[in-house]
Amino acid sequence: MAIELKKVSYIYGAGTPMEVRALDQVSLTIPDGQFIGLIGHTGSGKSTLIQHLNGLIKATEGDILYNGRSIYSEGFSMKELRSKVGLVFQYPEHQLFETDVFTDICFGPKNLGLDEETICARAREALDLVGMDSSYDKASPFELSGGQKRRVAIAGVLAMKPEVLILDEPTAGLDPRGRDEILDQVARLHREQGITVVLVSHSMEDVAKYVDRIIVMNHGKAVFDGIPKEVFKHYKELEQIGLAAPQVTYIVHRLREQGFPISDDITTVEEAREAILEGIRKKR
Amino acid sequence: MIRDITIGQYYQTDSVLHRLDPRTKLMGTLVFIVSMFLADSWIGYAVSAAYLAMIIRLSHVPVGFIVRGLKAVMILLLISVSFNLFLTAGEHEILSFWIIHITWEGVQQAVFMAVRLIFLIMGSSLMTLTTTPNQLTDGLETGLGWMKKIHVPVHEISMMMSIALRFIPILVDETDKIMKAQMARGADFESGNLIERAKALVPILVPLFVSSVRRATDLAMAMEARCYHGGENRTRMKPLRYAGRDRLGYLVMAVYLGLMIALRSLL
Repeated sequence: MAIELKKVSYIYGAGTPMEVRALDQVSLTIPDGQFIGLIGHTGSGKSTLIQHLNGLIKATEGDILYNGRSIYSEGFSMKELRSKVGLVFQYPEHQLFETDVFTDICFGPKNLGLDEETICARAREALDLVGMDSSYDKASPFELSGGQKRRVAIAGVLAMKPEVLILDEPTAGLDPRGRDEILDQVARLHREQGITVVLVSHSMEDVAKYVDRIIVMNHGKAVFDGIPKEVFKHYKELEQIGLAAPQVTYIVHRLREQGFPISDDITTVEEAREAILEGIRKKR
Repeated sequence: MIRDITIGQYYQTDSVLHRLDPRTKLMGTLVFIVSMFLADSWIGYAVSAAYLAMIIRLSHVPVGFIVRGLKAVMILLLISVSFNLFLTAGEHEILSFWIIHITWEGVQQAVFMAVRLIFLIMGSSLMTLTTTPNQLTDGLETGLGWMKKIHVPVHEISMMMSIALRFIPILVDETDKIMKAQMARGADFESGNLIERAKALVPILVPLFVSSVRRATDLAMAMEARCYHGGENRTRMKPLRYAGRDRLGYLVMAVYLGLMIALRSLL
């Protein structure tokens, strides 16, 4: 059970003066149960890449395998793929359209052709997962706050019970508290439901705490791919492509330059605290 | 899929035509349209073909790009050609079969009609291809300024036009995004009968409508915050001014129009 990309390229507006190569020979594997951070600057091709994963965009070149089968092969059901690979777009609250929250969540499962009972059960479950209790069921989605709307929209995708959940900048436009709430909820989903998560972001800070693996995109190519500690070691190259490693990385590196005994693979504030305390103890 | 429409699109390049004053181009388009209705002989059409070819040459827009815009009106073209071909009465019958009668006059009429339509579309799309929407509405506002005297709100109309034009690409993008978002939730826009398909549009239209209203209020707020209050006493950052090339442009137009009128009355 995995998604595998083989030399996928995508060109926008082929044959016009506005031709753009958004993806350039990208090859990668997304195995089951991983929590992946997909990072890149605006226009680096990350949004284009994720739309390939559930077949919304067809690759100009290359092939994509889902569980070993090409999604472009004859008879492959795109509808089924889209139910297995759930994609939450940027500002997903803009896709809400029903008269009340509960009916809106039902849209996805209904499209899968499930029976009434299952649809309701799934909608309830999805709303619980994002922490919206039944008092909101009959509310109009347009009356909710920004953070609530976004959680409802994410629930709309979760109700389809995807095996892979892709979120495109799920925290854009939210305040720090709303951001932490959403990210913590996603992390819990990953932990408790065991679903594969791909989190798209332009902020290293946001993802460093949660992910097992980071893929860095630049000019349509996957330039770095590895565990966060390894990727952040390249903080100088990351800066050159307009991305920054988490702030704590800089402090650690500065300390090392000053001769302070500390390891260079620290990515979170908690780790840094421990290491610095230990360093001070050693020095004494 | 929605991005393939080329009619009304701007083609970014540098040419004499791009640099012309939008008023000159508006007048030029008007002259060309009038001339197409003046043409009634093979020589007349040949002259306008040469004139159009010259302008296309000057515009630096690839011919293929202009021709692609014709695809959108193909059906209209076919209908008008077949009407003229089959329904024109005439002396010289070429083919007669059951109720179908094709006459030499009909063939001529059909060809003329097709050429006229194709030229009209190519001529007017040349204007939009070489003029940005903003220049176009500027040109309209200045060119039609005299209508203010008879209390036509020219400024307001042109402001509405430029805002509408400005929002077309944004709304196209938005539609694309919402469609994809609903497809990711398993929506299906391609199968089912007419009623089912119409119903499938609701999840697109509602969010699109909501976002248009939201954008409109945001824009209104932003304009008010910058003290916009209509066209009274409003000056321009780049006032339109005629240059030498515009005088030359009007001269070329006058010569062409004169020639077309002469051809019609002489032949």
